[in-house]
Amino acid sequence: MPAASTIVNVVVSGVLTGIVYGLMALGLSAIFGVVRLVNFAHGELMTLAMYGAVVAFQRLGLDPFLSMAGVAVVFGALGYALQRGFINRFVSRPEHAQMLLMLALAIIIGNVLLLAFGPDARNVQTSYQLDSFELGPLLVDKVRVYAAIAALVTTALLGAFFRLTLTGKAIRACADNPLGARVAGLPVAHLYAVTFGIGAATVAVAGCATVQLIDVTPGLGPAYTLLAFVIVIVGGLGSMVGALLGGLIIGLSEALAGLLVSPSAKSMVSFGLLAVILLVWPRGLLGGRR
Amino acid sequence: MTGHPLLQVEDVSKAFRGVRAVEGVSFEVARHTITALIGPNGAGKTTLFSLIAGAQRPDRGQIRLNGRAIGGLPAHRVCAAGVGRTFQLVKPFAGMTVLDNAIVGALRGERTVAGARARAVAVLGMLGLSGKASSLASHLTLADRRRLEVARALATRPSLLLLDEMMAGLRPTEIDELLGVLRTVHREEGLTILLTEHVMRAVMALAEQIVVLHHGQVIARGLPAAIVRDAAVLDCYLGEEDAYQGLGA
Amino acid sequence: MSESGTAPEVSTGVAAAKPAHADPARRRRLVAMGLLGLASLAMPLLGTSYLLSAATLALYLAYVGQAWNVMMGFAGQLSLGHSLYVGLGAYVAAGIFVHTGVGPWASVWLAVGACAAVGAFIGLLAFRLRIAGVQLSLLTIAFAELARIGFDHIDALGGPGGLFLPVVNRGHVDLLGFRGPPTLYYYAMLLLAAGALALCALLLRSRAGYYWRAIREDEAAAEAVGINTFRWKMFAVVLSSAMTAVAGTFFAFYNNSLFPEQIFGFERSVEILVGPVVGGLGTLFGPIVGAVTLVVLGDGTTELLNRAGVDLPGVRQGIHGLLLLLVTIYMPNGIWPPLARALGFEAKRL
Repeated sequence: MPAASTIVNVVVSGVLTGIVYGLMALGLSAIFGVVRLVNFAHGELMTLAMYGAVVAFQRLGLDPFLSMAGVAVVFGALGYALQRGFINRFVSRPEHAQMLLMLALAIIIGNVLLLAFGPDARNVQTSYQLDSFELGPLLVDKVRVYAAIAALVTTALLGAFFRLTLTGKAIRACADNPLGARVAGLPVAHLYAVTFGIGAATVAVAGCATVQLIDVTPGLGPAYTLLAFVIVIVGGLGSMVGALLGGLIIGLSEALAGLLVSPSAKSMVSFGLLAVILLVWPRGLLGGRR
Repeated sequence: MTGHPLLQVEDVSKAFRGVRAVEGVSFEVARHTITALIGPNGAGKTTLFSLIAGAQRPDRGQIRLNGRAIGGLPAHRVCAAGVGRTFQLVKPFAGMTVLDNAIVGALRGERTVAGARARAVAVLGMLGLSGKASSLASHLTLADRRRLEVARALATRPSLLLLDEMMAGLRPTEIDELLGVLRTVHREEGLTILLTEHVMRAVMALAEQIVVLHHGQVIARGLPAAIVRDAAVLDCYLGEEDAYQGLGA
Repeated sequence: MSESGTAPEVSTGVAAAKPAHADPARRRRLVAMGLLGLASLAMPLLGTSYLLSAATLALYLAYVGQAWNVMMGFAGQLSLGHSLYVGLGAYVAAGIFVHTGVGPWASVWLAVGACAAVGAFIGLLAFRLRIAGVQLSLLTIAFAELARIGFDHIDALGGPGGLFLPVVNRGHVDLLGFRGPPTLYYYAMLLLAAGALALCALLLRSRAGYYWRAIREDEAAAEAVGINTFRWKMFAVVLSSAMTAVAGTFFAFYNNSLFPEQIFGFERSVEILVGPVVGGLGTLFGPIVGAVTLVVLGDGTTELLNRAGVDLPGVRQGIHGLLLLLVTIYMPNGIWPPLARALGFEAKRL
């Protein structure tokens, strides 16, 4: 049985990771809740953002936490264009057609990245990458703390957007009642595109926040997509608070499983949880739209 | 004919979230006869149909076909027991041809596809759909789709046929045609028929027994001539212009 | 997934049966199939060894795509985790061979049994617990992933380092142990692919075919005419998984080595479904057309680039993704239906 301080450190690390997970899943949840689209390219978008951060660091010397805003804006625009110009046609198509479309995009993005950057891992190594904060027995990576802060700030901004701005409220109306929204004259196509843009921007922030913690390879996409889905389903399809909650749960259980069982047990926990939740509460812990 | 009634509904009740859709309904349908189930909207007719057809399970009571309990059985077992049904909003197999629709039904009672095809062709002939056998079901008019529903149900060789508001939305000539077809089918296949209807003309033309539902309960039961004069029945239909006029006609 | 109303991508590749003598389209179909069959049989004699391995790959994808298609086309469930069955089938057969020396002809039955059981389990989840649509697709991914991680931990089967079958003399044909030159594997795969096609054709014409189509069109109406929809959907799912098990067994003996990361991977599952989707969901020839298209365009392009001295990773998969994208947008029913019409195979509808 590991020492208490180790456990506490692992728990804190897990919570911090979970917050970033939550942000990543938030984008997916928003897209699903509003546009009703299953975004199988979610992980690939995150990987793309990570490469963006890598390039920004290597070419412009920008710290990922600084280039974050720029990358988010670019991705927001990209997401908007993608939805408006392209995916919107598929909104009325059957579910499996949407899944296949996003899957196709995922494959293309992943392989374009492979073509452009090659299979070798890239890294972003800032000066503070290996530093930690010390609080008594607690030893926490600075990068993780910054990442969690970025995630919290972004989440708060999103919350404010959806609750306080007109566009945000309009989007929520679309999610609640698509037909009613159309009848009320809301520009649904535009709002869907804004939502996708937000989802893309969100996942871009998550990517930039995470880029210093891992080796970036083109094949990361599927794992992150699956992780995001696990989180969203555990927390409740279509519920944004659920995405955050799910993120925390997964982050925590992964960390604990890694410590108490074995490092490779981490992923097993996520998928095991997914299977259990799907079987017992198909709508996730906080209910959802379907 | 004397002997066991084909269908026995015994004290059947069903509630949906506190709303009592069907409450203590009991009646019988004699073999080879046509019984009509009427009542204002919301009286529970469709629910009762669903219960008999196996799409829903009764909360209480029993339904017997040929003395055998079928209440609560899943829909495909009820069909296997000998009940065929149509749907109020027609549900054809839209992407399949008219013939294939009938074959699907016929496969219930036939061992081979060839046998099913033969039965299907015969049934389509009975219903006057032979000329449209290779058309896609989705290309049919409403009246023809209604016929296809009957044909498909008939192909399963039922002893009891449930017809759910067959005449809704049809023009008078189409109603006459369908009435003729139903009479022929009833005669040739020796079917027992239970139908629900709002179109009183059809009810009076076909029914040998009428059961009246109101607020989920049976308020009258008997021969058409008597039902038309029944005070309680007239009472519950007051305000339903067309029905009232249909009754008086 | 909508249960009522028209099925989204219903095949037009199989028309209602018509009397053979009256149908020129059918005659043309038979002639074409005959020619194709002859060409396939003669293939090893005419082509290079590279062509042979590409053809074997195409047949493999056609077979496994056909198996996947059974679940999607007939039971309407999009499986994104079919690599589970390939891997399970492969490991069962290979594990038995490595530890007991028993050849694939016997062990394939165990592989089939294992996969059928897992398929039945997933079917139960889908149809009894009503986990459908997105949730089921995600669940299939989850199971494949669980298998990947799980088999990483089974040391008796090699763990992450992989399971290796005993090296073999490729010049010597050992039918019992299913080892030999590439031609052996080519013909075996040809037999499997042809068999799968024949099986599906037979099923489509039978009660199963009618019932599956009816269930796909309108499940409530299907129940009302006496179809036990649960049983028939289960049949499709179990059949799909059982067929895929055989592909896994073949894969193990063809490749000689198995790695959990590789065989249970999500990319494997995607590779399985791109063929039938590009070719034509729910059609009979779709998977074959799709597989050939993928190999010709994907591997063909890679080979051409290699000959020109260019070695770009990701081209093959990228082309697959592009094909999938184009088909999903412009030809949702797949390449085969319009192609068939152009070749004069489809009998006209009224």
